[in-house]
Amino acid sequence: MTAVPKIELKGVHKAFGPKVVLDGIDLSVARGESVVVIGGSGTGKSVMLKSILGLLRPESGSIRIDGEEVVGMGAKDRDRIMKKFGMLFQGGALFDSLKVWENVAFGLIQGQRMERAKARDIAIEKLAQVGLAASTGDLFPSELSGGMQKRVSLARAIATNPEIIFFDEPTTGLDPIMADVINDLIVKCCKEVGATALSITHDMASARKISDRIAMLYKGKLIWVGPAKDIDHSGNEYVDQFIHGRAVGPITMELRA
Amino acid sequence: MITLLATIGRVFLGFLAHVGRLSAFTAMAVSHTIRPPFYPRLILREFIEIGYFSLPVVGLTAVFTGMVLALQSYSGFSRFAAEGAVATVVVLSVTRELAPVLAGLMVAGRIGASMAAEIGTMRVTEQIDALTTLSTNPFKYLVAPRILAGTLMLPFLVLIADIIGVFGGYIVGVYKLGFNSATYIARTWEFLEPLDVISGLTKAAVFGFLITLMGCYNGYYSKGGAQGVGAATTNAVVSAAIMILVFNYLITAMFFGK
Repeated sequence: MTAVPKIELKGVHKAFGPKVVLDGIDLSVARGESVVVIGGSGTGKSVMLKSILGLLRPESGSIRIDGEEVVGMGAKDRDRIMKKFGMLFQGGALFDSLKVWENVAFGLIQGQRMERAKARDIAIEKLAQVGLAASTGDLFPSELSGGMQKRVSLARAIATNPEIIFFDEPTTGLDPIMADVINDLIVKCCKEVGATALSITHDMASARKISDRIAMLYKGKLIWVGPAKDIDHSGNEYVDQFIHGRAVGPITMELRA
Repeated sequence: MITLLATIGRVFLGFLAHVGRLSAFTAMAVSHTIRPPFYPRLILREFIEIGYFSLPVVGLTAVFTGMVLALQSYSGFSRFAAEGAVATVVVLSVTRELAPVLAGLMVAGRIGASMAAEIGTMRVTEQIDALTTLSTNPFKYLVAPRILAGTLMLPFLVLIADIIGVFGGYIVGVYKLGFNSATYIARTWEFLEPLDVISGLTKAAVFGFLITLMGCYNGYYSKGGAQGVGAATTNAVVSAAIMILVFNYLITAMFFGK
């Protein structure tokens, strides 16, 4: 059976001025699959996610969601596609002028025009799913710890039951235990809503835990793609260097003053 | 020589790119402001923020402007025995010129800066990207309510400033300079025409649009963390203030240029 992949990238190029960030990315993610893209800082992981989301526009190449081309799509179709997405941002990106429950219910109230009372009930339910008490809902994001903010952000990402969820460095800035809690929640939530997940991270523990497949991005190209269990014997020295976190190897950090 | 020409060219191209980006932003902002869906809650919040909370600073500016105007014109006009014109000078200066411009500049400092800082912080903390992923257009949600509120609320603020400013002149005229109260009021109304007030309120609406536009524009395109947000705030206030002064001349020329 050749099912249409949920997300399909073909030859995606993106450059900022003379600096080429994505140099021909090919990647396909099947329905319900969880793919993690690893790579060093500044290798274009975020740019890749933002291109799929339509926040950035690639110069060439094709990005298909459910077989539908989204590069150069009109605003109306873009809105329709956007409803399929949920995203957990690196810094949480919670709206600090709104209460926690309003943050979680935002996509329901603004995007789907749901009544506030009903949206609030769903928000409280989603907060419970990520292990937060209903009373948290009436606080403001600035009153929460980093780990709790991440949980709220996760609750917001899953509130509209999206078909595709993006995770942008979900564990960055958390202690190892909280990071593991978040990883568990990601796995659990994706399973519950049956979502397809595409994550980017440089935290290998997280990558191993939440992924079915891992892809490594280096200098704008995906240099290795394979099942998560094969990551330790990939036979690729770049991958080996990255997952063991060695300073010495084929990847040299470009240190320029 | 070549490097000099290249530098001039680069600066010029940069300027053109900036103008183009601002024009595109303005067109987008206006089109989203006049098309539904609207966000009544947010519009109301901005109405209160711009209209109500600016009242103290605008009121204080107006009352002292009116007072100093009465004092200055009295001491100046007494040199050629024209003290009787004080009331007229105060009311014409305040309604046509000083209330809109000074209220505009004060609001630019208060509102333009806070908008640029708030939207700029939302930009650098990815909150604007988050809006998009939650199926909400940032222009509709962030920019449109602010521009609408700014354009509608500034005329209201300036009307209040007109009244308070004239009242400030009245206080100094009657209690310090010894004018007869009834005469001062009669003199105030005598030469005042509707167009004086209307031109001032038109200016106010344009200034309100410019202040909120520059606040949103600079915030929306800010980058690079705290420093970027700081620069956006400065640019929002400075550009709004300069545009207020330029458009003040243009609108005055349009109304009274003949």
